[in-house]
Amino acid sequence: MSASPALDHIEAGPHGHHYTTTGLDSRKIAVWAFIGSECMLFASLISTYLIYKGRSVVGPFPHEPCSPPVCATALKPILNIPVTSASTFVLLMSSLAMVLALAAVENRNLPKYTLGDRILGSSKLWLWMTCILGATFLGFQSYEFTSFVHEGLSIRTNLFGSSFFTLTGFHGAHVTVGVIWLGTLLAIDYKRGLEPGDAINVDIAALYWHFVDVVWIAIFTLVYLIK
Amino acid sequence: MATVAVSPTYAGTESGEHTGLWSWLTTVDHKRIGVLYLYTSLFFFLFGGLEAVIIRAQLMGPNKTLVSAEMFNQLFTMHGTTMVFLAIMPLSAAFFNFLIPLQIGARDVAFPRLNAFSYWVYLFGGLFITLPIFFNAAPDGGWFGYAPLTTRQFSPGLHIDFWVLGIQILGISSLAAAFNFITTIVNMRAPGMNLMRMPMFTWMSFVVQFLVVLAFPVITIALFFLQFDRFFGTNFYEIGAGGDPLLWQHLFWIFGHPEVYILILPAFGLVSEVLPTNSKKPLFGYPVMVYSGILIGFLGFGVWAHHMFSVGMGPIADTVFGLTTLLIGIPTGVKIFNWIFTMWGGSIRFTTAMKFAIGLVALFTIGGISGVSHAAPPADLQQTDTYYIVAHFHYVLFGGSIMGIFAGIYHYFPKMFGRMMSEKLGNWHFWLNFIAMNLTFFPMHFSGLLGMPRRIYTYDAGQGWDTFNLISSIGAFMLVLSTAIFVWNFFRSKTHGAPAPDNPWDAATLEWSIPSPPPEYNFAEIPLVESRYPLWDLTHPERTSEIPHTHEGWGDQEKAADAKPVHIERDRRSAKELGIPMPTPTIKPLFVAAGIIVMLSGLIFIHKDNKTAAFSLIAIGAAMIIGFIYAWVTTPLEPEH
Repeated sequence: MSASPALDHIEAGPHGHHYTTTGLDSRKIAVWAFIGSECMLFASLISTYLIYKGRSVVGPFPHEPCSPPVCATALKPILNIPVTSASTFVLLMSSLAMVLALAAVENRNLPKYTLGDRILGSSKLWLWMTCILGATFLGFQSYEFTSFVHEGLSIRTNLFGSSFFTLTGFHGAHVTVGVIWLGTLLAIDYKRGLEPGDAINVDIAALYWHFVDVVWIAIFTLVYLIK
Repeated sequence: MATVAVSPTYAGTESGEHTGLWSWLTTVDHKRIGVLYLYTSLFFFLFGGLEAVIIRAQLMGPNKTLVSAEMFNQLFTMHGTTMVFLAIMPLSAAFFNFLIPLQIGARDVAFPRLNAFSYWVYLFGGLFITLPIFFNAAPDGGWFGYAPLTTRQFSPGLHIDFWVLGIQILGISSLAAAFNFITTIVNMRAPGMNLMRMPMFTWMSFVVQFLVVLAFPVITIALFFLQFDRFFGTNFYEIGAGGDPLLWQHLFWIFGHPEVYILILPAFGLVSEVLPTNSKKPLFGYPVMVYSGILIGFLGFGVWAHHMFSVGMGPIADTVFGLTTLLIGIPTGVKIFNWIFTMWGGSIRFTTAMKFAIGLVALFTIGGISGVSHAAPPADLQQTDTYYIVAHFHYVLFGGSIMGIFAGIYHYFPKMFGRMMSEKLGNWHFWLNFIAMNLTFFPMHFSGLLGMPRRIYTYDAGQGWDTFNLISSIGAFMLVLSTAIFVWNFFRSKTHGAPAPDNPWDAATLEWSIPSPPPEYNFAEIPLVESRYPLWDLTHPERTSEIPHTHEGWGDQEKAADAKPVHIERDRRSAKELGIPMPTPTIKPLFVAAGIIVMLSGLIFIHKDNKTAAFSLIAIGAAMIIGFIYAWVTTPLEPEH
């Protein structure tokens, strides 16, 4: 696939790329535009969460306990910061794995002298790691969601439930799409191998993945850490 | 070699197929997609106009019983929704598609299949949101769908579900197109076409795409919240659960105000093409026109709560938004002056397009003046929710957007179809339209200030409104006549119009340097651009002598792009002859779009408590989407070369 297919007939430049005004692949620019729209998407979700903070009429609440008569039985604050800190760490590490996966694809044809070189240079390994860490994060999320429901907080319970589950649910859906995308790249790597010419595809997947990670940092800070 | 285009030649396929339904269903050629947008949006424009005519017939006199109150609610909701989302935006999209690649010297947009996808999603989404009116199930909560009115409690039934899902579908279409055009304009300009040499239509469209990217996600979330409240029982708009009664309004108008700039800027861009061409002068103050367009886009995000002056936000919020709203009138007014100064001292040629362009300058100014009067919260407290507001936005949307679009249609019809429209019929259309439009909407300033509320299906006699309403309705019926003349002119000219030369208006920009209609490959040789008015450099250099001409931006791109200095191409060859690979037509974007509609239709059945139908449709739709996207991304755009 070429950089800008509609200009394909044009003589290849010195890098073997086809002509574009900026010299960048068109897909990269498109992904940045897409990320711009996603910023506004999550900004709306996060703003709503913040507007509704502290305004739930019934419990459970994120950071405060809930005692009768507001709640039928006494409830602890429902967010589990230590556990969520662990899942945040997992997601951050997945971004590291993503960086290494991209580097491995770009440098596929460089010689690898040591075991360390071969480990770092294995695109399959790092794509697997990114997928596994991403899936682990999703595992933590579903554990959290189900335990909240057991403790009496569903998406319909109160404003906190509605805004929390919608916000983190949208984020989780984005992580899921990312895991599937990366899984597809992994499948291609097994089928025919990812060459440096494929680096652009891994690059745009990486841009998306890092964006999803940054959004989580914002959510974790604003929802979990700030009381 | 003279090219007399007898029948339009659109991008053919490898096999040389130029015509037939299949070639249209599988097209990925931006010119054809633009034409598809044009036809479909003109159809919806007529449909929305019909809804308006019924409204005006009902309101022609006091206490009429032509339609019930419930049907009236559906009519004004669908009139607004249709005109905003199914008529004006896609009419602009028709021009984005057809014109932008030609104006920047490219052969197509960055992602041709995504482009086709945007069109099919628009068509199917438009049908999805329009057909329910035939079953008395059309959206009826206003085009702005205020919650809590639109929550399940106050709007049971399917009306609002169709609206929520329909708008989401249309949002997908617009967003995909925005990513496409941003990438196209950033990355696919001909060598030497730096940003300050782009035609004004491309510039205004560029700003619009950023507005789409930033504004549509906000309404997406507002709609998700409403969907979740209606389907899953969440509490976003539930007052009893502590929900904010203003949340919907804020989210909607943070989208809604940039949306109206999305509606007007393309028309501004078209006027900025038509006026200089027909004044035989360059556009006055091109850099200021660019900067004011950008400023309008930017400030457009800071005025939204002027739609909420009557909800009790408090004096600080009211003041701030009043100030920002006054401020945004400045860059807009600057444009009006620049257009006037463009014409001043020029040699004016009154083509139909020129008349409509000048019409926009006049009528948009009137709409802008009433707009400025709304900017003061105390004044707006009397005006809001009355027909005075209806007058304002119809002056800017009809007198502004629609007039600009008509100017664009008359101006670019020869390039699109290879034929000239009838100037005689165009003259009739313009004058009837101009008079009728003013007859319809000017009286609304008065009935509004005399207290006539919006969205009422009837009114009692003797409140001072009767005569004004009668005049408005007569004007509306006249609009029917003038639009009929336009439709007749449009279709008759397609088959019987005089064959069009390549540059009938002696215009300056790159799209006029190639045959009418353009061959499938657009440019046989990509041009090297050295000024804002490349064709006038060749044909009328005295007009552009004051504007800097440089070889800036050529550099290595000249070789890399294999481009030649600006030239006029008259030959019509095939891409194969010239060795230019063309994208392969494909049906996959259409099927992904269909999958989306199938899947979201399934959601409607959840509301009818038909879980089997719901889940089957959702599953089938999802399978279609995933399957055809997989096929799409694994197929190369062009055959190997």
